[in-house]
Amino acid sequence: MAKTMGSKGGGPAQKIGEITDKMQGSQAWNSIFRPGSIFRKGYSDSPRNRSYVIMNSVLYHLHPVKVKRHAVKVSYTLCLGGLSFFLFILLTVTGIFLMFFYRPTAAQAWNDIYTLQTSVTFGLLVRNMHRWAAHLMVLSVFLHMARVFYHGAYKPPREFNWVIGVVLLMLTLLLSFTGYLLPWDQLALWAVTVGTNMMGYTPVFGSQVQFVLLGGKVIGSDTLLRWYVLHVLMLPFVIVIFMAIHFWRVRKDGGISGPL
Amino acid sequence: MTEIPEHLRKRAEAARQKAAAASADTPTDAPAAGGSDAPPSEAPPSEAASKIPAHLLERAKNARQQQAGAKPDAPSGGAVAPAAAATAVATAAPPVAAGPGGHTQRLLTVVKSGSIQDVKATPQDKVHVWPHLLSIEFVAALACTAFLLVFSIFVNAPLLTLANTNLTPNPSKAPWYFLGLQEMLTMFHPMVAGVMVPGMGLFALILAPYTDRNPSNKPEDRKFAISLFTVFLMFWAVLVIIGSFFRGPGQNFVFPWKDGLFFEL
Repeated sequence: MAKTMGSKGGGPAQKIGEITDKMQGSQAWNSIFRPGSIFRKGYSDSPRNRSYVIMNSVLYHLHPVKVKRHAVKVSYTLCLGGLSFFLFILLTVTGIFLMFFYRPTAAQAWNDIYTLQTSVTFGLLVRNMHRWAAHLMVLSVFLHMARVFYHGAYKPPREFNWVIGVVLLMLTLLLSFTGYLLPWDQLALWAVTVGTNMMGYTPVFGSQVQFVLLGGKVIGSDTLLRWYVLHVLMLPFVIVIFMAIHFWRVRKDGGISGPL
Repeated sequence: MTEIPEHLRKRAEAARQKAAAASADTPTDAPAAGGSDAPPSEAPPSEAASKIPAHLLERAKNARQQQAGAKPDAPSGGAVAPAAAATAVATAAPPVAAGPGGHTQRLLTVVKSGSIQDVKATPQDKVHVWPHLLSIEFVAALACTAFLLVFSIFVNAPLLTLANTNLTPNPSKAPWYFLGLQEMLTMFHPMVAGVMVPGMGLFALILAPYTDRNPSNKPEDRKFAISLFTVFLMFWAVLVIIGSFFRGPGQNFVFPWKDGLFFEL
């Protein structure tokens, strides 16, 4: 920090130091950062400050101050759960960018994507990232499930968190599938046709299920709007709730499982 | 040995002096008179009693003496130490119920911690989340972002021609994660392949923790569960791979190295 400066008085470094001190002493600054926050007085490495980094930041909602030593081994978790969550964040960020350039109607959707790719700065790159991150997330969630199974991590007391996890896998697939339709190209239309035709064979109320999902008898503009709302609003909302429960239960059930 | 705080040491010192003074005039010999460095917790009872304000103690003492026949300073002999005389509080007679050695309390029993407290957790080897876990997570996130960025620079997401409900591409394929189901469509009725099998698979997955009653998480104890799950995964993976790469026009079996790839992500 700038406090260490100042052997020669009056220099710009000292000026900055003074401003820093004044700012960190102000009421506004102290109202933003909690007592003990590393942003109040700077960070020096000590067990106490290591605890404060977590305790006095919003990270405390996600992580405890300490975890079992084996839990930080990359070879145990392969980071799969965390990466799934990170990909979700990445998908949210890139997805918000895409929403600025997209209208969910059959007349405009494809053109919007095409314009995005050809005329918007970084449009193609961000769309690529959104697409590949989505596929990667399906893969990482799936591998995460396999990892958890092979470690027997679904056993008591973590049974219910496994169930939440299966729900999260389903929601991930649904998010990916609803997003699949949105470019409104031949690939999207017919992949979704194949998918929803299968759902139409649900016993007893198959045709009703299909009607609700498509917003009609066949895929059209209504389907596009419906799946758009599902994709950008409803499913993310639901999956965030389930993720919150999932992460909370990881801690309540005693941290991650193991060691084997 | 742990360092005793200064104020505690001083208090223990004073208490030991008082005890020595008290033992000089009472016949019962307290071991504290030895002067060895006893821990501060072994302070004699007068120490504890000194929490009561001095004037109250004085009043109580006077009252007791009046009751006993107004015979002041009866128990103390002539050999009262000057230190004891100076602090009147300290030389107060021990309470009526005092035990041998002037102790006002007795140790009834020692209860081991496991017997009345339910100690579940054994101390574990733990590390701070910062920096040990957070740095790993940060690097993983960074690597993931970098990979995606580079991959996205070089590989474009597909955008085929505008959707046309009158022109069915051949083959029409579902997204890759559903291609296992689509592959089963070639073998079973759609209700079986598209609804019953995935539904039952899902159900089995949800029920896994409730059907697997084996408490161990060691791989050598779980050979059956691991084999079953591996078969399940392989079955699924093989179906997806066949559906993705080995199905061409008309859902006919093709070899991707001979007939080309009919697969879009």
